Order: sequence, then structure tokens, then C-alpha cells
Amino acid sequence: MNEFITLMKPELLLMAMIFILLISKLGVGFNQSNLMKLIQGMLLINFIAGFFMNGEGQLFDNMYHTSSLIVLEKNILNLGMVLISFLFTDWFKKCDHLAEVFVLMLTALLGMFYMISSGNLLMFYLGLEMATIPVAAAATFNLEKKVSSEAAMKMILSSAFSSGIMLFGISLIYGAMGTLDFSEIPALLNGDSLQVMAFIFLFTAFAFKMSVVPFHLWTADVYEGSPIGITAFLSVISKGAIAFVFVSTLYKVFQPFHEIWYNMIMVLSVMTMLVGNLFALRQQNIKRFLAFSSIAQVGFILIGVSSNSIQGATSVIYFVLVYIFSNLAAFGVAGLVSFFTGKENIDDYKNFYKTNPLLSWIFALALFSLSGIPPTAGFFGKLFLLTSGASNGNYAFLIIAALNMMISLFYYLKVVRAMFMDKNENPILPIQINFATKIALFVCGGGIVLAGFFGFVFDYIQALVK
Amino acid sequence: MNLLILILVPLITAIAVFLMRNKEQVKWTAFAGASIQLILSLFLFKAFNDARAAGNTAQMLFEQQTALFKSWNISLHLGVDGISVAMILLTSFVVVAGVLMSWKVEKMTKEFYFLLILLSMGAYGFFISLDLFVLFFFLEIAVIPKYLLIGIWGSGKKEYSANKLALMLMGGSALVLVGMFGLYFGGGKSFDIIQLSNIHIPVATQKICFPLLFAGFGVFTALFPFHTWTPDGHSSAPTAGSMFLAGISMKLGGYGCLRVATYLMPEGAVEYSNIVIVLSAIAVLYGSFATMMQKDFKYINAYSSVSHCGFVLLGIGMLTKVAITGAVMQMVSHGVMTALFFAVIGIIYERTHTRQIDEMGGLLKVMPFTATILFVIGLCSLGLPGLSGFVAEMTIFMGSWERTDMFHRAITIAATMSIVVTAVYILRAIGQVAMGPIKAEYLHLTDATWNEKLATMILLIGILAIGLAPFWLNNLVSPGAEIIMQKIQLAK
Repeated sequence: MNEFITLMKPELLLMAMIFILLISKLGVGFNQSNLMKLIQGMLLINFIAGFFMNGEGQLFDNMYHTSSLIVLEKNILNLGMVLISFLFTDWFKKCDHLAEVFVLMLTALLGMFYMISSGNLLMFYLGLEMATIPVAAAATFNLEKKVSSEAAMKMILSSAFSSGIMLFGISLIYGAMGTLDFSEIPALLNGDSLQVMAFIFLFTAFAFKMSVVPFHLWTADVYEGSPIGITAFLSVISKGAIAFVFVSTLYKVFQPFHEIWYNMIMVLSVMTMLVGNLFALRQQNIKRFLAFSSIAQVGFILIGVSSNSIQGATSVIYFVLVYIFSNLAAFGVAGLVSFFTGKENIDDYKNFYKTNPLLSWIFALALFSLSGIPPTAGFFGKLFLLTSGASNGNYAFLIIAALNMMISLFYYLKVVRAMFMDKNENPILPIQINFATKIALFVCGGGIVLAGFFGFVFDYIQALVK
Repeated sequence: MNLLILILVPLITAIAVFLMRNKEQVKWTAFAGASIQLILSLFLFKAFNDARAAGNTAQMLFEQQTALFKSWNISLHLGVDGISVAMILLTSFVVVAGVLMSWKVEKMTKEFYFLLILLSMGAYGFFISLDLFVLFFFLEIAVIPKYLLIGIWGSGKKEYSANKLALMLMGGSALVLVGMFGLYFGGGKSFDIIQLSNIHIPVATQKICFPLLFAGFGVFTALFPFHTWTPDGHSSAPTAGSMFLAGISMKLGGYGCLRVATYLMPEGAVEYSNIVIVLSAIAVLYGSFATMMQKDFKYINAYSSVSHCGFVLLGIGMLTKVAITGAVMQMVSHGVMTALFFAVIGIIYERTHTRQIDEMGGLLKVMPFTATILFVIGLCSLGLPGLSGFVAEMTIFMGSWERTDMFHRAITIAATMSIVVTAVYILRAIGQVAMGPIKAEYLHLTDATWNEKLATMILLIGILAIGLAPFWLNNLVSPGAEIIMQKIQLAK
């Protein structure tokens, strides 16, 4: 019993929060602002509690397993969740169904935790579904906007489709090997064509969820239509969780197939970077812009994955951590502007610096970090991804990747130029930043500037990966 | 002497600038920081010479190493040899002058100085780091300040130029990055320059990585055909921005070509030296002929920078000790000279509000001080003995002459011809600006203010110190060139 509690502590805490929120709807009579404080407080406690009393081991006949690395990954996601609840305070407070939104997001997070901890493909599939469907429901919460329901519809359809593909892959794996247990699969992989086909189906479903080109078509529409808090959740937390699982599945379960997936990843990575970057060049809406830029970022994550080394896995986890800070900072500023003025176009940001210097600096820092310019943490994150990818000695691949960094700089600078250089008669008026939001923005900004210099973080993650 | 202080002083200055309340405080803080840095570099120069005189023959002095990322073998490894000391001296002179020349910046003063100091920090860090990763970090850290300096405070088609500069430099660093990875995996998983120089990097790797690294750094130092950002960038930048760009930032590329590309991959350098020589000779000649066609004063100096920086790469490509020494001297000399040139152009532009040389004339009558400096700098640029340009270019030619075969002779002679062209455009430009009849609307112009005078005098001291007594610089640089040459001799 005791072991059960220590091992499943992250999930149990999330479940407790979900129940508290559900009860709060039963006429306890919180007003919006108190409820928001309660949620933020609980998430903060949950994040801090994640560091204490953790165990390693497995439960339910190896259905569920956990280790220090998995606990760390969950903590990273918890951190992202705390930041989201702080960054979008204003929008959440105005939302009529505050408790429901958080119940849905936390349920999705719970699903991701199960997915990360899964030791069996069935458990993995359950977690994945649980992580997807609630988010689709949450995407409709801009109730008065038509695009919001459209986004939810697109997301539910495309994820149902990809789940179908994944289930097909899982059933083929069971047919070919007679087991779904992660620890038993590697020994049974012998390169049989049925196994390869099953693996490719599974891989495709992963690519769908991570919005790897050519499976990315749902991303931009969903990001644009959803409320910005949910968009941030989708692009940072969901993507981070899938990246964690992707790495551990490929490295541990499908290690014998690494020659097959190395080539697949290389092609997909180049396509993802190129398409994401080239489409981002032409976007005017800031949410679509960030959507395509985050597609391009996935291409970079794939470079790290392709290396098939301890350092590759470490770089991916490190990059997700950095990515949480940088992307959330960008979404945070865009969210504030969109909430207070309703403006979402890059042109609306012209001369933003004059009226909102603090927000401009944070936005600029976030964009520099996304494009990988020092001294921001994104520079270190991207460089480590590239270095681990370079261990294969594939210089053409690396040059394409490095030149993609240049393309991405072009469109990130477009926003910077609008904020700092372009003239505008009526810039966006000064925005009153909520105290909680300010803290979160400072945490993100601090993370962006400082995280790169704390080399021990990287070394720590690497020690856990081993 | 602890080298870390050279990075910390600009960092603290930049933060202090950001915390200041009004413009006066900002300016004086930046000036104080830059002056402290100048004193520190002079002190470093003295300490370095003392240590050498005391018989310390280690390749790098004042070394220190702190591990940053253990899993990648990355450490903050600092150390200097004569070449780095010369570059640091150059940087500190230009920074002080640049800060003084920006005294009148009214728009967003605080941000301007913050970026300026950040840019200088990148240069200092670059010249003292002995770890490729850290070196690359400092190389890239300077890109964004340049972009913002040109884009916000520039003139003309500034947004286009800023974008072009940022993207081309980013492209250059992308090539450097890939070349770096080649060194890392070819040389026993280390980014440490000293360690890499002791390992023999496989020739196959060198053949791939040398062009990547050389072209990558070459973008920074206007290697033909990657020079196109130079004229636009320099002419659109604010005065201090142009001074930093041409005086410091282009030298990062030259230093990188020498220290990283040539030193670490001698076989690659020998293999590709003919291509390097041809490209840099084209830059030298093309730059000087292109200058003749320019009417805009800043474009004149920008194109002539392409030509002068071509000499740096030519010297490196010749692969003789004297030529490499000359290349480093040319970097220092051109850095000081071009910074002073841009400063003078800035002074004139601020008063006449035009940069077209045919709209000016007779400025010697109303601005005697500025015009005199302009004469000195012009003569330095065309290589008059007694000034720094002559010393540096002469050393390069002497070094090139040591290569006796037909090809090298022909290139050397062709490059020497550019001096004649230089004389033509420089004399024509100066004559048009300073002499002849003065226009009525320029009669009320005033001469340089105290800060401008101080800035130009500081740089002038540098030019005269190199021009009149070149041996201190030669003695400083040539042991470093000797070490590089030893590796190349082995490769030949």
C-alpha cells in the first residue's frame, strides 16, 4: 500500500485536485477569483510535492513503472502547468467554466503521466487517449467563437484517425509477437516485415501527435481556433509529453530497429523543419505564426532523437525544459495582448516597445530563445540537439538544420522588427499586467536567460538517463 | 591576471547601464566601464610582456579552466597569446571611442548603450576563449545587438540592411557550427582548441571542415563573395555601430579564420590555400574598384573595408610566418583606422546632414580639426609610411613575396596594384570634402566637440603607435604566428 502511494504520487495528487475542483462546482460557492487562487495554489503545491518522496519500481504486473527520470519528466510538465495557470490568469478568470477547463486540462495531464509511466502498449494507448480527448473538449471553450468549435472538431477527428492507426499498429504487434509488454518486445524484434509494418503504423501515430510534417495539417487551425491558454497547453505540455514518450519508446523498445527509424526520422526532420519554417514566413496571425514555428521546433527535436545515444535523449529532455520557458513566454505575451485588445496580427505589434517595454523585452527574449541565439537557453538547447545529431557524421543533414536556424531567425526577427523598429500612430495601449502573470513572465524570462548557464542541469538529466 | 575580468567588466557595465535613471548617468556609466576596460587591456598588455620577458614561453598565458557542461566536455577555457592581446587592445580602443562618439544619441539612449556594451562583451569573450563552444557563443552573442543597433538607430534603408546583416552572419555561423562539429567528432570529442591542436584531425575531416569553417568565419570578415552585407550594413548603421562593425566585428572573422580554421586544420589550409588566395585577391581588387564608383562617404569606407580585409585573408592564405604576422597587424591597423574613418564621417554627417561627397566641399575652412584628422586617416588608408596602414600591408607583401612560384608572385603583384586604386579614390574623396570652395550653408558649421576630439585622439594614438614604432606589435604577434606556422610546416 505504502509503495503504491509513493510510486503513483504524481497521479494521485492530480486526481485529488480533479476531485476537489469537481466538488467545488457542487455549490461550495467560490467566486472566480478565489477559485483561481485555489487552483494556482494547488498546482504550485503539486509542483513542489513532485520533488519529495519519490520511488522507483513497477506496479500492476509491469503495466505501470516509474523511475527518477520519469519523475523528472513529470515535474517538468507540472512546472509548465503551473506557469500556464499563472500566465493566463486574466483569461481564466473571465472564463465562465473555470473549474471545468482545469478539470479537463488536469485530466489530460493525468493521461500524459500514465502514458509516460506505461510499461505496456495497452496502458500506453489508454494514457494517450486520455491525454487527447479532454484537450479537444477544452479547445471549444471560447464559446462565442465559431472557430473554437471548429478547432475542437478538427482535433477530435484527426486524433481519432491517428488513434485508429495506432491501434492497428498495436494489434499487428500483438499478432506478430504475442505480447504488448515493453520489456518483452525488444527481444522478439527480428526485422520481419509484419513487425516493420506494425512499427511504421505506431510511428505514424506518434508523428501525428507531435505534428511532424506531413501529419501536421491539423496543427495550425487548432492552435488558431483554441483559446490561447489551451493553445499553450497543446503546444508545450502535450508536445513535451509526446516527445518524452517518443524517445523512451524508440530508444528502449524499438532499439533493434534503429537503422529503420534513423532514416525515417532524418527525412521527416528535414521536411518538418523546412515546411514549418517556410510556412511560418508568411503568417500574419501570431497564433498561427507560433503554431508553424513550433512545428519547425519539432523538426529540431527529431535531430536529437535521431542520434540514438544517451546524449540524444538528454538533449531532447533538456530542450523540452527550455522550450517550456521560451514558448510559454511567447504565448504569455501574445495571450495578454489578445485578451486585452483582441489583436492577434503581427502588424498590430508595431511600436509595441514604446508602450509596453517589459512585455516587448520578454517577447523578444522568447523569440531569440526559440531561434537559438545566445545568451538565451534556446541556444544551448538547440546546439546540444545538433551536437548529438552530429555524432552520426551526417554533414549534409547538419548543414540543412543549421541553415534552417537562419530561416527561422528571419521570421522571428519580423516580430522583433515590428515591436522595436516599425512606426505606428496608435500602438497597443499599455497593458496592466496581473501580479500572478508578472511573476510567471519573470520566471520564464529568468529561465530563458539563466537556464543555459546551469550546466549541472544537463549533467543531472544525463545521469538520470543512464 | 585573471582573464575572466575582461568579460565581467562589460557585463557589469551593461547591467549598470540598464539600471541608470537618466541619460547623463547612462552615458557616464558606459564611458567609465569602457575606460576601465581600456586600462585593463593596457595592463594585460604590460603583464603579458612582463611574463614573456621573465621567460614564460607557454603557448597561452593566464590560462584558466572551469568545467561548464561535463557531459559534452565543454569548459570555460580562457587564455591569451600575443595575437589575442593585440586584438583585445584594438577592441578596447575602439569601444572607448565608440562610446564617446555616441554622446548625442537621444533616442532610447539606455538601450543604445546597453547593446553597444553587450556587443563589446561578445568581442572580448571571443578573443580570450580557447574552447570552440564558448568561442561560438560569443561570436553569436554579437549578432542581435548589431541587428538592433542598425535597425533602430540606423539611417537610410536600415531595416533591409539590418535583416541582411543578421541573416548573412547567421548563415556564416551556421557553417562554423557544422565545421565545429566536424572538429569535435574528428578530434576525440573535445571542443578545446589546445587539445584539438595536439591531436591530428583526420585529413578527410579537414577537407570537409576547413572550407566550412573558413567560409563561415569569412562571412564575418567580408570574404568574397560573401561580402555583400558589408556595404549596406556599415552605411546604414549609426556612427558607433559602423565603428564597431568594421573595427571589431569584422576582425572576429579574421581571427576565427586564423585561430580555428588554419591553426587546427593545417592540411586543410594547405589544400585550399590557392582558393583562399584567389578569393581574397578578388576581394582586394574588386573592393577597391567598387569604391571608386561610390558617391556616398560611408559606402566609400565600407567598400574600402572589403578591400582592406581582403589583405587579411590574403595574408592568412599565403601561409608564411611574415604574411600571417602581417595579417594580424592589418587586422589591428585596419580596425583602428576604419573606426577613426567612420568617426570622422559621423562628425561630418552630423553637421552637414549629407553623406554625398559631391555635395560637400571646403570643410577645411570651418572644421580644421576634423578635416586634418580626415587627411591623416586618408593617408593611412592609402598606405603612407609612418602610419599604421603601411606597416601592416608592407608586412603582408613581404610575406607573400616569400612564396616564389609564378602563381603567388602574380597574385601578390595584382594585390599590390590595388594600392594605386586606393590612392585614387581616397585622394579624390578627401579633396572633394575638405578642399575647394565652401557652400554658403556650411559656413556656420562648428568643429568637433570635446567628446569627438577625445574619441578621434584615442584612435589616432593607436594609428601613430603602430605606424611610428611597429616593432612592439610585431614582437607581440609573431610568436603566435610562429606556432601556427610550425603546424603548417608539418602539414606541408
